[in-house]
Amino acid sequence: MARLSPANLMVAHEIIGRYPVPRSALIPLLHLAQEQDGYVAEDSMAHIAELVGVTPAEVMGTCSFYEMLKRAPVGDYMVNICHGISCHLLGASELIHHAESILGVKSGRTTEDGKITLEAVECIAACTEAPCLQVNYRYRNRVTAEDFDQLVGELRAGSAGVAPHGNLAKVRQHVSEDRWAGVSPPDGQGEPPWMTRNPSDDGVGS
Amino acid sequence: MTAAAGQDLRIVTSRFEVEDGHTMAGYERTGGYAGLRRALEMAPAEVHGEVRAASLLGRGGAGFPAGVKWGFCPPGVWPRYLVVNGDESEPGTYKDRLLMERDPHQLIEGCLIACYALGLSQCFLYVRGEMAHAQERLASALNEAYEAGYVGRNVLGADDFSVDITLHWGAGAYIVGEETALIESLEGSRGMPRLKPPYFPASIGLYGKPTIVNNVETLANLPWIVSNGGAAFAAMGAETSTGTRVFAVSGHVVSPGVFEVPFGTTTFRDIIFDPRYAGGLHPGRNLKTFIPGGASAPWFFEEHLDIPLEKATVDKAGSMLGSGAIVVMDNTTDVVKACHNVVRFFARESCGKCTPCREGTSWLEKILSRILAGQGRPQDLDLLMDVCDNISPGIHWPPRQTTICPLGPSAVSPIASALERFRGEFEAYLPGTAVSVSTKSEVAS
Repeated sequence: MARLSPANLMVAHEIIGRYPVPRSALIPLLHLAQEQDGYVAEDSMAHIAELVGVTPAEVMGTCSFYEMLKRAPVGDYMVNICHGISCHLLGASELIHHAESILGVKSGRTTEDGKITLEAVECIAACTEAPCLQVNYRYRNRVTAEDFDQLVGELRAGSAGVAPHGNLAKVRQHVSEDRWAGVSPPDGQGEPPWMTRNPSDDGVGS
Repeated sequence: MTAAAGQDLRIVTSRFEVEDGHTMAGYERTGGYAGLRRALEMAPAEVHGEVRAASLLGRGGAGFPAGVKWGFCPPGVWPRYLVVNGDESEPGTYKDRLLMERDPHQLIEGCLIACYALGLSQCFLYVRGEMAHAQERLASALNEAYEAGYVGRNVLGADDFSVDITLHWGAGAYIVGEETALIESLEGSRGMPRLKPPYFPASIGLYGKPTIVNNVETLANLPWIVSNGGAAFAAMGAETSTGTRVFAVSGHVVSPGVFEVPFGTTTFRDIIFDPRYAGGLHPGRNLKTFIPGGASAPWFFEEHLDIPLEKATVDKAGSMLGSGAIVVMDNTTDVVKACHNVVRFFARESCGKCTPCREGTSWLEKILSRILAGQGRPQDLDLLMDVCDNISPGIHWPPRQTTICPLGPSAVSPIASALERFRGEFEAYLPGTAVSVSTKSEVAS
């Protein structure tokens, strides 16, 4: 679909400014593109390539390595059921089978109404809360078949309180100009000034 | 959600029950940033000295002493960077996410102390992509800490100490937890481990510069260590595994949970069975096996229960404490399915750079799938071990590697453990040899 919007372009420049080498901003910018369109469109990859000074192929190379970055549209809600070992021991396979039959799709597929994409995923670090799942990367713990049915109802009704796919953290890092220490390129830096402090100095600290 | 407890001293989880412990107000009210203030009254080398004296072992998986790792930065080479490994994704591991969500300022303070001690000019806080809530808690905490003068230009008014912390997040790849893959990812590339040597990014890391990569829990211990002294930390726990450690106990237990316990003195029996911790197995069940340190670790059994959660002792017994993930399996567990589950994980997460891992892990997964589907061949169990031997020659512990990183050899652990102990359960899945022959002859006739 689209290149980054003017508003997102400003966010992109702020993100790039936090790294000594612009290319380091690649993954955060791909997330930004996914937040804008729900997936990472080819045009946004080309735009990101321009912004960080690499080729579109390099952006595609990075993008295609990471599971969260989708290069084709997915459902409004990614429902990722964990099938790691801890969840496996407490019924993940049964939950996945239940989900497949309720949604009428196999894992990896999107429901016909385009609302829900189901995935079986590796450990999502909620092992004591097994079996667990994430909806657009928000946790649901100790999920029963009934819980799952209720969740699907809420997602279809739009009442689950989960932002559409692509939205991750609701809060961005934002530093005012005067508080930012300042990023320098990796080459040509010397020893940081505080390293020559010695314990007999006073007037440091608070 | 359970988090915590017992009457033991808690260091890194001390604010887990503080309602606003994740905010600046809650953090400062409960003694937050005292460690940073104390550090700034000391010379950087003295701060490093306290961390050495603490004998703080890295909490990410390898258990390498943090103070020693810090010492690998080559003198006179600048800049140096700090990369925080918050890419927690080893199956069974659940602690760093809680530390980031519930006490983000503690981690930020730990980062600042490390930067001050080693002259690290910028910190990159790499959080796993799937952890949206941890990302926003850290973003809020960083925004507060910048405005309050703890991070950024002239930390706490000191005109010679300025450091930026950049919040970064991944996009879904287990391998990025390997420190050189983490650096590749942070440079905007595919997250594939780098060829060794150099063994430590402390010599050549991010942008080719000296880089310290530390785990979230490791750094979260620093404010306490600087405030109370390395000696006080070293006095806790066992001589070779000091302080406390956070363990997640999951699987077939009554009260799965995340527990901070004295490191090296608590035993597996304590943490699995004690009602203060996981509370034991469900009524009428027996222990079949348990994973002592995440999916990569060889499995333990009944006879290992009285081993303390102490690095050297567990290593010597043939496994590892790894990432603090204890997964308990009772007698209802189908070990062939459990083994397949863990192997499938490594097959899916192999980055594909090294042939023995890329090919070997998926071979193992396919053979196990075939066995589970009732289509195993009589020679399949030996074939599994043969493939394991090709990935990790000799199937030793600690594993020998034919690969750049330990991911491939990690897939060998569950197979070697399960086959040795429960060979009969694997054989039960194989169609009987006699049956196969007669079926064949029927088909032929």
